[in-house]
Amino acid sequence: MIRETHLNATIWLLLLIVPLAAWQMGEIYTITLATKICVLALAGVGLNIALGLGGMISLGHAAFFGIGGYAMGILASHAQSYAPIMETPFLIEGTKSMPVIWLLAIVTSGLAALAIGALSLRTNGAYFIMITLAFGQMLYFFAISWPAYGGEDGLAIYVRNEFPGLNTLVPIQFFALCFLILTAVIFLSSRLENSRFGMALQATRQNEVRTRTVGLTPYKIRLIAFVISGMICGLAGALSADLNRFVSPVMLSWHTSGEIMIFVILGGTGRLFAPLVGAAIYIMLEHFLGGISDYWQIFLGLLLLMVVLFAPGGVIGLLTKREAAHD
Amino acid sequence: MTLLQAENLTTFYGASQALFGVDLTISEGEVVALMGRNGMGKTTTIATICRMLKHREGTLEFAGQNLGQLPSHKAARLGIGLVPEGRRCFPNLTVGENLIATARPGDWTLETVGKFFPRLAERHGQMASTLSGGEQQMLAIARALMTNPKLLILDEATEGLAPVVRQEIWQAIHRLKSETGMAILVVDKTLKELRQVADRAVILEKGRTVWDGKMGDLTHDLTDQYLGV
Repeated sequence: MIRETHLNATIWLLLLIVPLAAWQMGEIYTITLATKICVLALAGVGLNIALGLGGMISLGHAAFFGIGGYAMGILASHAQSYAPIMETPFLIEGTKSMPVIWLLAIVTSGLAALAIGALSLRTNGAYFIMITLAFGQMLYFFAISWPAYGGEDGLAIYVRNEFPGLNTLVPIQFFALCFLILTAVIFLSSRLENSRFGMALQATRQNEVRTRTVGLTPYKIRLIAFVISGMICGLAGALSADLNRFVSPVMLSWHTSGEIMIFVILGGTGRLFAPLVGAAIYIMLEHFLGGISDYWQIFLGLLLLMVVLFAPGGVIGLLTKREAAHD
Repeated sequence: MTLLQAENLTTFYGASQALFGVDLTISEGEVVALMGRNGMGKTTTIATICRMLKHREGTLEFAGQNLGQLPSHKAARLGIGLVPEGRRCFPNLTVGENLIATARPGDWTLETVGKFFPRLAERHGQMASTLSGGEQQMLAIARALMTNPKLLILDEATEGLAPVVRQEIWQAIHRLKSETGMAILVVDKTLKELRQVADRAVILEKGRTVWDGKMGDLTHDLTDQYLGV
């Protein structure tokens, strides 16, 4: 049996060592794959707070991922064309500064999560799934019908945005940036889980009525968690858009929500490193099987089926022989 | 001084009426036994006091405040601590996490609760789901104490426990009474123990209060008539 902390440390080290080795060997594509894993895992870490800790089965988290992506796309495209976003009543120009873009992505996705969460958290069960799905799809169709930013075709950004002191066009440097952000967010997620707020959030998942009788307010606790979760997904969306230098409505679609959920479930819902393991499996399957068949997702489906049926604690649960995330 | 005052409470489950006029008063520092056969409305009365159910008629006041429209979390914050039937700890949280998650400011802290239930302090990092029935019951009581209640409600706190463990729980209730002077409302089937710990008894019959008096005045005829013992 492997201790989960040891396994997590091994996974973290692998994610660091493999791209560094690839950099030494000149394998640029491997670095890009590792960067993609970091970005998708970051979105998974966001969802894991809502799903794993709070038990909120959201099929609308792609909305926050997409909002983060569009925040980057809109700001960068205006900086690229030197056309201001608006001139009246005050001048707002585009920017290529990553910190500014991240801040805007976090704020806008957080506000969207606040509005969507405030309404959808009044429901639960299947209704909650449906209402988050509906909000996500509304934003998806809005993006499709928004010609100013590419509509259905999406929006291409020709040059990667800038971060002070780094050349983000160098793959290993952009990877380092994404890796550090992922590490910081996983650390924050761990602190959140072990805080009094995190314990109360888990308590609301386990018995909502009982949490009320001890003076806690499940709605408020879940809403805060939902907003934090949305903000992290927004940041992941901005990084994803920068990685691909492309934003499209697909980022907002329910397929993307489903993919983020698959990362979490594959790794083991509620586990700190589950999104990273899930995203890594997903990217590796896409890379190795995608070259063999266009229908590689059949194998992903089979794997997901096996995990759900035979390893309810996900891949991490299987390796650590611990079914529940929190034991 | 009166802490809880319920007058003529009527409560419904949908269209089905469960309480037809419950009267109940509890003073500060008093231990009251709420008695009655199965299905007579004891748990419904508790659920109404804790605001998990809303009453339709009657008045319900706690510490001078009308509980009428309050949601259950606000009633808990006023100082009503519930130890529910069936314990219902948060199974996937550790003992410590169960306590920290529910803590409210006051005299009861992790340290004082740990001194009161040393066995819980020993199992601080253990998952609640892996505790024995007696330990889970201690945890349910400790969790309610961590909310620093003025009134502690124990609903069938010893049900389903081994006799030795049951005795430990009764000892804890006696200690709470003697060491803290906390008001306690206790529902249990063990008449012998209730006679020793409670100052007063209230008997419910078909959702109504039919007897309210000092425990010493509870005669064998009354227990035979209303409790069947």
